[in-house]
Amino acid sequence: MNLALKDISHNLGRFLLTCLGLSLLLGIVLAMVGIYRGLVVESLGLVRAAGAQVWVVEGGTRGPFAEASRLPGDTREAIAAQWGVAAAGSVSYQNIDAQHRGQTKRLMVVGAQIARPGEAPLVVEGRPILRSRYEAVADRGAGLVLGEQIRLGRDTFTVVGLTSGLVASGGDPVIFITLRDAQKLQFDLTPAAARREAVRSAGATATTDTVNAILVRLLPGVDANRFAQDIVRWKHLAALTQDDQEAVLARSVIDRARRQIGLFTTLLLTVSTVIVGLIIYTMTIDKKKAIATLKLIGAPDRRIVGLIVQQAIAMGVISFLTGAALIGAGHGYFPRRVVLEPADAMALFGVVIVACLLASALGVRTALKIDPASALAG
Amino acid sequence: MAEQPVVEVREISKHFGEEPTRVDALRGVSLDVYPGTVIGLRGPSGSGKSTLLNVIGCILEPTSGSMRLNGELVYDGKWLRADLRGLRLEKIGFIFQSHNLLPFLNAWENIAVTRILAGASPAQARTRAIELLTYLGIERRKDAMPGQLSGGEAQRVAIARALANDPRIILADEPTAALDSQRAGTVMDMLRKVAEEHRSAVIVVTHDEKIFDRFDHIYSLRDGALEPAAGAVAEIPVVG
Repeated sequence: MNLALKDISHNLGRFLLTCLGLSLLLGIVLAMVGIYRGLVVESLGLVRAAGAQVWVVEGGTRGPFAEASRLPGDTREAIAAQWGVAAAGSVSYQNIDAQHRGQTKRLMVVGAQIARPGEAPLVVEGRPILRSRYEAVADRGAGLVLGEQIRLGRDTFTVVGLTSGLVASGGDPVIFITLRDAQKLQFDLTPAAARREAVRSAGATATTDTVNAILVRLLPGVDANRFAQDIVRWKHLAALTQDDQEAVLARSVIDRARRQIGLFTTLLLTVSTVIVGLIIYTMTIDKKKAIATLKLIGAPDRRIVGLIVQQAIAMGVISFLTGAALIGAGHGYFPRRVVLEPADAMALFGVVIVACLLASALGVRTALKIDPASALAG
Repeated sequence: MAEQPVVEVREISKHFGEEPTRVDALRGVSLDVYPGTVIGLRGPSGSGKSTLLNVIGCILEPTSGSMRLNGELVYDGKWLRADLRGLRLEKIGFIFQSHNLLPFLNAWENIAVTRILAGASPAQARTRAIELLTYLGIERRKDAMPGQLSGGEAQRVAIARALANDPRIILADEPTAALDSQRAGTVMDMLRKVAEEHRSAVIVVTHDEKIFDRFDHIYSLRDGALEPAAGAVAEIPVVG
């Protein structure tokens, strides 16, 4: 006869209502962990999709994902001519607001060269960009369909291909256009006053042929670190290996999000623990007479402790499973990508069980202090 | 006398606090209770009735004296058994003023839980619980929750729970206080039946004058000391 389950079934409505509230909290915790995982996948997704081994960027910078990086467009040719380079491609990255079906969409525009590193990877529908002007490959997350036209800056682009799950670290869907179009887009979008100023100060030598990075693929057997070190000798350039680039992204973008999400997750788990503790304490107070009676008739302390701890764990397990089910069913409706990994769920489950054990401590302490003689008091 | 007392209390004293605020709750109380007898303890509030019941129930440690339960010396200036809850489970059944049934268990489960705590299997405990409910005439209410039982029915379930482990000592604290005369009489009849058929010693703390004539002996406590009760049905069998 399990006294904990008997007591739960006696107060089933209240218990389940508490579990429902707690499950929402735990569901949010799980969702936040999932959002963090999604952020990592999305952030690294764009970097990894580029398929580069070395990123050549402006000297003294850590690349376009961490800070502004501008290189003259002809740097690509100089890099491509280096020993060990299999292919090199210039890329530009730019966030813009685009009007689409009467709505403003925030997009990450990637300008890349056709058939060179940086162009749209793995087109899942349609084809890659083949014409040098006014074609685009968009991610499905942008809500565009094949053949659809979208206005970016002053030009209209036709969607010829679609990718899947490719977004920037901020969550904006990615749209690929040619580098030439992207450079024009950058210039078109500059405010008129700034453009006039640029023309005035630079005169006839003003150019829009700048890129944010040059992506390099190396021949087999060429060491990426060595190659990067060689490039850094050119004082106006910096070079990062793919691992460096991912680490920079992790530090500059993901790390802050991890700390923010970690803080909220800790707060939510603390609140959950306090709630479980208070509920279990209240349930123990409600059972004071019953516990005194059990002690009086001879129930050992382990039975009393078991009664309380089992209820706390039952509350944690039911709440966790309900929360996980809610998030599992609803994560597709989140505005950010939520990646639910079994390992994270298991870890959170462990944390919840530990939290429930801690939370039950107050109830256990109270129960152990109950005087069996109090059962005799009218 | 052929039979030994089930409860032997000798010169038991209990005081709370120290001088000058010391309160002597029990002062040299001695008492023997024999198998098959039902005795009553009466007295005004604060006279020491509940303290004596708690001492005999091994809930409260006396200050001095000795006590033997069912032939086992359990207290002699100190507790002689570490596992007092096990002792209670094994030797003593409790009946309370407000029945104290566990609200989350039904009638038979309330009885069976005592048996399970003593090590019986759930099936054995259930069988015993149904036997006792039948014995006390409320077998048809076996699945009722405490809130669905009348006061008399609940008290009968409480008696059945006290009998679950066949204890030789039954301690009842105001078992009829919440009942009318007829139901109070029924409960006392049952305690008498239990005492005689199980050869148990039943000690009842009561203020209820309408049941005074149901005891084999009745004791009065005043200022922590036993004294012959006015109108008692029997004299004090053992003093000192």
